[in-house]
Amino acid sequence: MRHTIAVLVEDRPGVLARVAGLFRRRGFNIESLAVGITEKHGVSRMTIVVSGDDRTIEQVTKQLNKLIEVIKVSDVSKNSVERELALVKVSATPQSRAEIIEIANIFRARIVDVARDSLIVEVTGDEDKISAFIDLMKQYGIKEVTRTGKIAMQRGSKALE
Amino acid sequence: MRAADAIIKALEKEGVKHIFGIPGGAIIEVYDALFDSGIKHILTRHEQAAVHAADGYARASGKVGVAFATSGPGATNTVTGIATAYMDSSPIVVMTGQVARSLIGNDAFQEADITGITMPVTKHNYLVTDENELLKTIKEAFHIAGTGRPGPVLIDLPKDVTTAEVEFDYPEKITLPGYRPKYRGHPRQIKKAAELIMKAERPVILAGGGVILSNASEELTKLAETIPAYVATSLMGKGAIPETHPLSLGFIGMHGTKYANYAVQESDLLIAIGIRFSDRTTGRVSDFAPDAKIIHIDIDPAEIGKNIEIDVPIVGDAKLILQELITNITYRKRKEWEDRVEGWKKSYPLRYRKDDEKIKPQYVIEKIWELQPDAIITTEVGQNQMWAAQYFKVKRPRQFITSGGLGTMGFGFPAAMGAKTAFPEKQVVDIAGDGSFLMNVQELATCVDYGINVKVAVLNNMFLGMVRQWQELFYDERYSATCLRCKEMSIEKIAEGFGAVGMTVEKPSEVEDALKEAFEIDAPVVIDFRVDRLENVYPMVPAGAALHEVIDEEV
Repeated sequence: MRHTIAVLVEDRPGVLARVAGLFRRRGFNIESLAVGITEKHGVSRMTIVVSGDDRTIEQVTKQLNKLIEVIKVSDVSKNSVERELALVKVSATPQSRAEIIEIANIFRARIVDVARDSLIVEVTGDEDKISAFIDLMKQYGIKEVTRTGKIAMQRGSKALE
Repeated sequence: MRAADAIIKALEKEGVKHIFGIPGGAIIEVYDALFDSGIKHILTRHEQAAVHAADGYARASGKVGVAFATSGPGATNTVTGIATAYMDSSPIVVMTGQVARSLIGNDAFQEADITGITMPVTKHNYLVTDENELLKTIKEAFHIAGTGRPGPVLIDLPKDVTTAEVEFDYPEKITLPGYRPKYRGHPRQIKKAAELIMKAERPVILAGGGVILSNASEELTKLAETIPAYVATSLMGKGAIPETHPLSLGFIGMHGTKYANYAVQESDLLIAIGIRFSDRTTGRVSDFAPDAKIIHIDIDPAEIGKNIEIDVPIVGDAKLILQELITNITYRKRKEWEDRVEGWKKSYPLRYRKDDEKIKPQYVIEKIWELQPDAIITTEVGQNQMWAAQYFKVKRPRQFITSGGLGTMGFGFPAAMGAKTAFPEKQVVDIAGDGSFLMNVQELATCVDYGINVKVAVLNNMFLGMVRQWQELFYDERYSATCLRCKEMSIEKIAEGFGAVGMTVEKPSEVEDALKEAFEIDAPVVIDFRVDRLENVYPMVPAGAALHEVIDEEV
């Protein structure tokens, strides 16, 4: 079972290494990890996707909480908005270009760079949508893909503090 | 003032009286500041030993122990000591020198990323990159090391930070939004626990090192008497209840007493306090206490449910929780269970084959106990440790100091130095094996230098004994690399070479007199007991077996 865990941490050097190291040495499997600053000065938010049974997730949560710089840990797997962003560089010939743009429009993706024989498309959405888009682009020849990893936030007015 | 002076002043404010360490280029400023301080510095001969000494000091006294080391190799030498303290939740602060900030990351001379290296074995660590953060960092470090579940904290000090100018404004308060240990147990959970206790027919208390760390021994004994329940301890919990108490079962696990193991296995309620259910304690987890409901009291929520499923978890400080719990229960005699356990105690006492010719290691420990029942005992790791745990009946908490979690050979002797520094008036005895003793033997020089008059009883079998025992029992007596082949080695002369007193004892009839003499001498003494080379530690639960699947020896 996959879980999405949001972690508020003090924004200090080494925090990411501490968190990542914890996962490695305790044998927890990270699928993705995204970090960014928050609305609060000095506080960063990590979104970690981890797979494991309930006991593993409980241990992940408890062990994360033990880190001095971790302020809050919350499982946001349920009832949340989840997004990922990908940049996809795809080969484009004069013949295929229109088709690619059309597909991009259907996915509400944006063309962010145009070159003679390629395009870069920016696409956001949940994991399935991005995977589906990438899958469709394969027929044109994908040169490069980069994905951010998932970020998530629970619906409603309640906030992680 | 100079930051180095501020550091020493901060340590004085924290009540530090002793520091163990070795200077070097990167930490030379701090040592310069130490020169004018009332804090006593003990120059060890190896940084690992400095940290073990600080750890022994902390375990014996309950105060935070402090060690210093320089950058690079000085710092990396501390790692085993730090990991040892981490596994056993011992509060220490280790300060290491670091190359100047401008050189960090350049592979400068004696540079090592010690905060990176020690991340997995410290409760927390710091690299001070801004001199204005220095005092706040020290304040936090002592707070983190000594509160909640204690543990080691490392502070890495770049050389140019120690020479910088700072204002001495030592913070009174700490703001750590992510660190709020919970001390009070949840009242509803305590009630639930009390109800289970009242219903239980075969209750057993399993006490760990956490009981000692939270100074909850009195409460533990009272709880045991109130229920009443027998008390088994882990190795780290030895001394949580006096081992001469009628309700004490001694320690459980791989080499624990048979009756403690049987009682835990057959219990219908296990009250686990300050214990983390290590594999050496539980044996095969799937068959651990199969009929028991389990109450787990621990200050670290991550320990609850980590290895064993728990029925009633109570997070908080053992002392406070036990005080609450006691008020919720009343005495109820459980005659049948009592008869059963007393029967096991009679049928399966700890025993060994006596011998008039060869010195039995167990006999040496029995004699130490008879002569010095109040001594602080430290141990090395291996057979010596297990025999010490079996045959030294510990009376009080902090009397028995051993490397339980990491199992660090070479721990006992420097830890004894630390304990003796904290309590110079007490007898401190390191029970050692010949293999372990050699791992930090250089500290004899420190003991002689500072008049730290510890006694070392070396149970010398010229083997790495515990590994040899495993090879005998499980590897067809293929003694691969366990024979130390040092018939010609004279521990007596080694001791004398360092300026300590050395003795060699070869006959059982000489054991008692040698010990008496050693305890009288006001100097560090090392006694080389030439013990029966092939003696094994029994009872034994083989690795991976359940606690009741015990191998024993015919006596």
